[in-house]
Amino acid sequence: MKLNLKIWRQKDAKSKGHMVDYPINGIEGDMSFLEMLDVLNEGLINKGEEPVEFDHDCREGICGTCSLQINGEPHGPDRLVTTCQLHMRKFKDGDTIVIEPFRATAFPVIKDLIIDRSAFDRIQQAGGYISVNTSGNTVDGNATPINKHAADEAMDAATCIGCGACVAACKNASAMLFTSAKVSQFALLPQGRIEAVDRVQNMVRQMDLEGFGNCTNTGACEVECPKGISLENIARMNREYLSATTKG
Amino acid sequence: MALSGLFLVFFLGQHFTINITSVIAPDTFNSWSHFMGYNALVQFVLQPILIAGVIIHFVMGFVLEIQNNKARAIKYEKYNGGANASWTSRNMIITGLVVLAFLGLHFYDFWGPEIAYKYLEGNPEDPTRYYHETVEKFEPIWRTVLYVIAFVLLALHLWHGFASSFQSMGINNKYTPAIKIFTKIYAIVIPLGFIFIAFYHHLNPITH
Repeated sequence: MKLNLKIWRQKDAKSKGHMVDYPINGIEGDMSFLEMLDVLNEGLINKGEEPVEFDHDCREGICGTCSLQINGEPHGPDRLVTTCQLHMRKFKDGDTIVIEPFRATAFPVIKDLIIDRSAFDRIQQAGGYISVNTSGNTVDGNATPINKHAADEAMDAATCIGCGACVAACKNASAMLFTSAKVSQFALLPQGRIEAVDRVQNMVRQMDLEGFGNCTNTGACEVECPKGISLENIARMNREYLSATTKG
Repeated sequence: MALSGLFLVFFLGQHFTINITSVIAPDTFNSWSHFMGYNALVQFVLQPILIAGVIIHFVMGFVLEIQNNKARAIKYEKYNGGANASWTSRNMIITGLVVLAFLGLHFYDFWGPEIAYKYLEGNPEDPTRYYHETVEKFEPIWRTVLYVIAFVLLALHLWHGFASSFQSMGINNKYTPAIKIFTKIYAIVIPLGFIFIAFYHHLNPITH
């Protein structure tokens, strides 16, 4: 397969970036998108040029490290997959593929296609946890009866890998889907109810402080989320927030 | 945003109910319009709430748009928004601005003259004038066309906005599919009804 890649190159966080054309040959349909970039980088290194830097880790679709806006969509044209699980058979010989970093003011570019997603960590740190006594009297989580439906919904929310595709897809660069998944995974469980009021207020406050946009319910995040996190989580977070505000 | 939007959606239904009587029963239109124009509760309580609702809705819309633009200071070289979201959901600011511009014309056409008639000029009550005043407004084709364009954009605004307001208020449950269907019906029927009224009066002018 012969492709024309248009890739965002940016020397560092302070430099201005620009798109660079890279024609590439010999791409197999069974290669993953990241393997295709590996082939490109090998060629660049052999020519003595700077390779294109991009985030990746597990390459199994579970770590949330890879990103990339591919032809205007986060993680490319496939659904429910991350970039590492996207295969080149989704493209045709002769295609032009535009590759950019996820764009959001809260996700500044570090270099080329690598972005700083620590804003998500700070939202999580603001309340995405439960306080458990671990001084030797730890209560077994299984000792607390939990409704099966609630447990399933909490597990679904917890499958969010924090890749940032929701932010990248949203025309407003809103982080509501991510934050709501992290709020929901605790809000649905009895262990999470104890700190529910503070959690939602603190996480939403941090989300706003990071400079993410507002949710206008376009639903783009849900469509592009590689883990299928539902918009129901955003509605749940809105309910939690409203309830927390009235309780003070 | 959601609350003011829902309030305006409700108002739109009430406005349409009164307006459609101008086609079906002009006398009823006159009497209902007179009631709305002279009832103290409507004039001095509900009308200010409505105006506040409109102002809150568009001011918040602008504020959100500014914040959202800031949230992505550097835009994508290629952004395939149509792949994951509807045109209506992505362009609420455009449809909203057209509806806002229309409101300016609408206030100039009806609300301004009405306030002047009652409160500035101090004219006596005339429960028979509303039908004539309304129909005469639609004599020029340019105004009828402008109203129709605005109603089409209003339909697009409602198409996303109505159901969206429930999601913003935290309502996403087993009734959501029904809310979405009702939204689509409402977004078509109400603006189409307003378009029908505008064309009807344009095509059936009062002969003197």
